[in-house]
Amino acid sequence: MKKTVFLGAATVAGLAAGVAAAGTADDVKARGKLNCGVTTGLVGFAAPDANGEWKGFDVAVCRAVAAAVLGDANAVEFVPTTGKTRFTALASGEVDMLARNTTWTFSRDVDLKFEFVGVNYYDGQGFMVPKSLGVSSAKELDGATVCIQTGTTTELNLADFFRSNNISYEPVPIETNAEAQQQYLAGACDVYTTDASGLAATRATFENPGDHVLLPEIISKEPLGPLVRHGDNEWGDVVRWTLNALISAEEYGITSANIDEMAAGTDNPEINRILGTEGTLGEMLGLDNQWAMRAIKAGGNFGEIFAQNIGENTPIGLARGLNAQWTDGGLLYSPPFR
Amino acid sequence: MTTFSDPPKEQFRLSMLLYDTRYRSATIQVIALIGFMLLAAWIISNTIQNLEALGKPVEFGFFGEPASYDINQRLLEYTSRDTHLRAAFVGLLNTLVVAVLGCITATVLGVVIGVLRLSHNWIVARLMTVYVEMFRNVPVLLWIVFIMAILIETLPAPRAFRGDNPEASMVLGEAVAVTNRGVYVPEPLFSNSLGNIHLFGESSLRFDVSLDLMAILVVLGVSIWISNWIKHRADAIQEKTGDRPVTWWQRLGVVVVPLALLLALLGFHLGYPELKGFNFSGGTHLRNSLIALWLALSLYTAAFIAEIVRAGIMAISKGQSEAAAALGLRPNRIMSLVILPQALRVIIPPLISNYLNLTKNSSLAIAVGYMDITGTLGGITMNQTGRELECVLLLMLVYLSISLTISAIMNWYNESVKLKER
Ligand SMILES: N[C@@H](CCC(=O)N[C@@H](CS)C(=O)NCC(=O)O)C(=O)O
Repeated sequence: MKKTVFLGAATVAGLAAGVAAAGTADDVKARGKLNCGVTTGLVGFAAPDANGEWKGFDVAVCRAVAAAVLGDANAVEFVPTTGKTRFTALASGEVDMLARNTTWTFSRDVDLKFEFVGVNYYDGQGFMVPKSLGVSSAKELDGATVCIQTGTTTELNLADFFRSNNISYEPVPIETNAEAQQQYLAGACDVYTTDASGLAATRATFENPGDHVLLPEIISKEPLGPLVRHGDNEWGDVVRWTLNALISAEEYGITSANIDEMAAGTDNPEINRILGTEGTLGEMLGLDNQWAMRAIKAGGNFGEIFAQNIGENTPIGLARGLNAQWTDGGLLYSPPFR
Repeated sequence: MTTFSDPPKEQFRLSMLLYDTRYRSATIQVIALIGFMLLAAWIISNTIQNLEALGKPVEFGFFGEPASYDINQRLLEYTSRDTHLRAAFVGLLNTLVVAVLGCITATVLGVVIGVLRLSHNWIVARLMTVYVEMFRNVPVLLWIVFIMAILIETLPAPRAFRGDNPEASMVLGEAVAVTNRGVYVPEPLFSNSLGNIHLFGESSLRFDVSLDLMAILVVLGVSIWISNWIKHRADAIQEKTGDRPVTWWQRLGVVVVPLALLLALLGFHLGYPELKGFNFSGGTHLRNSLIALWLALSLYTAAFIAEIVRAGIMAISKGQSEAAAALGLRPNRIMSLVILPQALRVIIPPLISNYLNLTKNSSLAIAVGYMDITGTLGGITMNQTGRELECVLLLMLVYLSISLTISAIMNWYNESVKLKER
């Protein structure tokens, strides 16, 4: 008799075990806050400033999404995640999206069941060494001790790079960028390797940035972009098109300065569709028609966000390079708003 | 005529399950068991269903895939092309290394501190109290990180050893290099090495056993056995004649001479660390992460063991030491011959749980980048494959097995020191 009860119960339990409901957008609206996973601190990309306010290139994506969905760029709860904890945080629903220097790879997309909605920074893995070591190429690093963040693609690239060049190294696995910085500056490792943008951002916070050089080799492709969980396509669309709106805004010259003027209506139907004076794109997304306008107003268009946080006039000083608009010879290319 | 009337035969009624104290406890237990099984079944089926809905059914095939990451401290030969299973195996050995080293150091330290805490010397006793309170009351994670930070920030980098007039130099007759990447010590080398035996072919669990080490262990084992035999013979002679023959030179010789001969035969010599390029090479590299973890775990656990030892000693009645003193034994002999053997019976059971704690605490290794099983299987492998459930289940199984093994060994030891009632 015990057995039948047991089996019966198991079926009931099986029926009751539903899958978590799929409406992330509704959850966010109901909560009134967007939970956005960011780094534990990488100045320029995502770090709290002196007033404890999160600032940065990735943070701006979170704020744009919050502005689009909730109408308030500050309605964001930033959740710091390490390279190791970020995917669990997203998969478990602790965060609604990740905007955290995360490389779009096949296995993350397909096997880990995430959805990359686009690329906000085309990057590659680089090496940073103290100038005093006198190293000019990564191939001269035989026997070096290398600081590397665990749970990243860079850890795998590093192993491949040294193996294929037949040189040896000693990895020092590290959890966060801050720890890596500490070990690197104390000389506990000769080299720090991660995304080149991350290296530039880290170096900018050093006391003497000039004492450190980035080696010329870029050993991998690291397309970094925001991601959401697999299976909630409506939410994926919201984040994807918010990012595209920022990129298109730059392409069409919509800036924080002229956006109000343009919102009154222009000759360009594409601009009008983005800003909601024409068509019903916003409604199709389950938002209102001013969603993209709010997103752009939150921190400016892609170019403005770039220039403000990591561009050539900031201490980080990254050139647009691959991250220029396709019209300027870069890779940024938003699909049309139509 | 007498009639016997049977007591009325009791009829079993269903309500008795609840109201009859003879059955009630059984009823409650059955209900609780069913409830528990329902809960377990619900959790398991919920998990499986949800994983399936996510498109991530439970499967362990990824263990055969290449791990693709490197591990710095490996006791086995391992490259990034080896499988996740092998990476986990390498991590497991690292866990065992730090657990064993930690348990030994913690015990030695703990016993010394525990005994000293009972010292009649006021300063010594107070110092030990400070030690115990300091280590016991700060989380072990902080100690690990703190020791690591000290090692990294205060010791010289290898490049400080370079040049004609280096800022730092090697110690102990140029044999040991203390750097902020770890300590490089001389390594034993054999010029007429016997080689290795390869076990388990090409599988993920393959490993080499050094025949040199085996030979040394066998010779040592036999020597110690003979040495013990000499001791027993001396005991027997003492029993019979009252005179104890002087045997220390025999006992020492029987251990040292064969070992020395064997080492000479194998061409034993030391390989010294040497600065080459970015790092020291040659010698054995005790990494910072190992040292920090080992030290922190030992110092922390030693504080608890010290308290256990103190409690054990205080549990032995004063009469015992007074009687021993009356027999004319010196204080340290009283401690080692009378008090400690009895105290051990009190000490061992809580000691076991401290060993278990130390082993489990070693999973904090990732804080300093020590690649134990939590860092490999539960860290990088889990992160790169996204197989959280499988990895964590396996990890739990591994720690459970290690803990049960430690318990079994210690319980066996406990049996052997138990009060033998004759
Ligand atoms: N793009 C790589 C690496 C990402 C990564 O961990 N980047 C570092 C430095 S660029 C970072 O964000 N660190 C900040 C932190 O530790 O929280 C990946 O997706 O695996």
